Amino acid sequence: MTRTGRLLRRRADHLLTGFFNGLVSLVDAIMHPLQNWVGVRGMAYIFVLPNLLIFGVFILFPMLLNFYYAFTGGTNLFPDQRPFVGMDNLTRLFECGDFLVPNSCREDLFWRAAANTFVFVILQVTVLVFIALVTALILNRNIIGRGFFRSVFFYPVLLSPVVVALIWRWILQQDGLLNALIMALGGERVAFLTSAQWAQFWVIVISVWAQMGFYTLILLAGLQAIPAELYEAAAMDGAGNWQSFWSITLPLLMPTMLVVLVLSMIRAVQVFDQVFAFTGGGPGTATLYMVQYVYVTGFANQTKEYGMAAAASLVMALVLLLLTVGQLRLGRTSGIS
Amino acid sequence: MKKVLLLLALLVLGLTSVAAQDNVELRITWYDDGNEGTVLRELLDRFEAENPGITVIVDTVAYNVVLEQLPLQVEAGEGPDMARVTDFAAFRGRYLDLRPLVADAAYWEASFPAAVLQALRSEDDTSAIHGFPNQFTVTGPFINRTLFEQAGIEVPSDTNDAVTWAEWTDITAQVAEATGTPYAIAMDRSGHRFSGPAFSEGATYFNEDGTITMDTPGFRLMAETLIGWHTAGITPAEVWIGSGGSYAAAADFFINGQLVMYMSGSWQIGRFSNDIADAFDWQAVPNPTGEGGSTGMPGGTVMVAFGDTEHPEEVALVMDYLASVEALKEFSERTLFIPGHLGLGELDYQTDVEAAKAALTAFVAEVPKLNDQAYELQYGGRAFAINNPIRDRLTQVLTGELTLDEAIARIQQDVDDALAASGS
Repeated sequence: MTRTGRLLRRRADHLLTGFFNGLVSLVDAIMHPLQNWVGVRGMAYIFVLPNLLIFGVFILFPMLLNFYYAFTGGTNLFPDQRPFVGMDNLTRLFECGDFLVPNSCREDLFWRAAANTFVFVILQVTVLVFIALVTALILNRNIIGRGFFRSVFFYPVLLSPVVVALIWRWILQQDGLLNALIMALGGERVAFLTSAQWAQFWVIVISVWAQMGFYTLILLAGLQAIPAELYEAAAMDGAGNWQSFWSITLPLLMPTMLVVLVLSMIRAVQVFDQVFAFTGGGPGTATLYMVQYVYVTGFANQTKEYGMAAAASLVMALVLLLLTVGQLRLGRTSGIS
Repeated sequence: MKKVLLLLALLVLGLTSVAAQDNVELRITWYDDGNEGTVLRELLDRFEAENPGITVIVDTVAYNVVLEQLPLQVEAGEGPDMARVTDFAAFRGRYLDLRPLVADAAYWEASFPAAVLQALRSEDDTSAIHGFPNQFTVTGPFINRTLFEQAGIEVPSDTNDAVTWAEWTDITAQVAEATGTPYAIAMDRSGHRFSGPAFSEGATYFNEDGTITMDTPGFRLMAETLIGWHTAGITPAEVWIGSGGSYAAAADFFINGQLVMYMSGSWQIGRFSNDIADAFDWQAVPNPTGEGGSTGMPGGTVMVAFGDTEHPEEVALVMDYLASVEALKEFSERTLFIPGHLGLGELDYQTDVEAAKAALTAFVAEVPKLNDQAYELQYGGRAFAINNPIRDRLTQVLTGELTLDEAIARIQQDVDDALAASGS
């Protein structure tokens, strides 16, 4: 480094130190009297206050409001203009001949959305976790271009769900890229977006493609936290790859797996934006999921039934709560902390 | 010198801030079918030149935004000052009463259909003025005449005034087959679009006692026709089946020459003039005939002002200007819209496309044939409860989720629930 370079660097360091010292003095000037006033114990509350305020305004208050709306009727938006209807909305949701046959329910669309969401959660989470695990295991090895592949798998996570949906819609539509390819190879055009089964299949494929990188990264971090000595010891005892996987990798990865399972399941139950932009819930109601039902009932229909939408989201929140508690209990009883 | 410059800068800053304070900014939420946004902008530019203190910003959005998001914005008091809307009832009670603000309320009453002005009013109100129709529309079918000529098949409406939907279905299928065209017939995915043909087939939704019955032989007949198109594969499935829960038009298939007959409406004329031009011969044909006659659906868009505006006087100035004979005449002539104004006289539509002029004449000829049920659906204030259930439940029949019987029962239930929820 030249003399001028050293001088410049020293000046930059000096400026930076001055800036941070000034900042610390400023914070101290506010915090010091505050600590004298509320005491050391009280400072803990001061530090969590901003977060609590954000949580209160944007999460707790809307939750309480949703709870109130679930017991009101009419189409007026403001709470003071909405008549109290007690359990009417919930009763209407659960008025069903056979819960497994949506057509026998008064709110058939709610039960279709519930059934679709149930199937989606089971299939999507299973496929997602399996593929993310396999990918993480591969990327944890010393393969050529490991850094490149890690980036490639993570890239779709960075894309907006609407962009993902539009890209895939362009690929899969009647005159889309995939059909053009199939026809160029002498095949028949496939109704990817107008057949219920195909649409459900592609919704799962796309959501796995878009989210897999995120969960792969979490699992990769879990895998890298497993000490290499354990594998060396197992190898010395004559354990093969499978035995190592079943007896070391999987048990030690379980806490991370539990996190991945809880997160992916919650996200799967909340599926909306991507599918809404991709299929709009169709064909028919084949890809209508719970959040879209809530959105359509409360906001997109010409008759805006906020009470019904709030009741449906209340039911959904309860299911999510039960699922999460169940998973955590399961984790605890099997010794995963 | 520096002091002088500083003083000048302060003076300019002060003047601009005073000017900014004096300037009133109004917003219009608007959607486009064709070139009407451009024409509106030019009209507003002239208005702004004549009224230097008022700036009008046009927010052009997708039609679905007007249907789904605008009602929420207005309900929450966050709406624009004015908007172009099609669902009049969705905003009842939220409009601005322009009667005391406009220059001549009598002009408004004399110039626009009473049914439209009344459709905007709240219950029991018979005097308020909330807006004006800037476009009258009629639904009806278009055909690709070139394909008929290529197939050597005569257009049935050339010699027969009363062609049925069944006959059109058969003939367009023959034309499609003979010319290798992918699709024979299609209709926009819309309950409004479906209702005209259903009324023609004899359907009646509104009973004399004020109740609504959706299950009629005419409704079933038209529903079966629509289902038949899908079963036979002669209609593009993307329109009704592949569009989720939204409105969808089949216009692109028609414009691209992939469709023989397209059931839509007069608002497509402007777009067809631009996008098809003379690529092929297109023509508007009379609405098919059935037990209920030969009716389409009336409709159109209304320019309304909202009550939450902070500048009612300025809004009234803009509305007066846009509702004037001169502005509406130019607007209609340049957009190729059928005017909603009753006294514009003969219009000189600005197009060289002969098909467009002929189509306008054809749609105007459809107006006297519109039946009472069609008017009641459009202006009776209950369309909000009827149109979307028809669209969504019939789609469920097309995908095999419901039988037609189940779908009709569900439509009735949806209509009843929507009316009950809204207190109608």
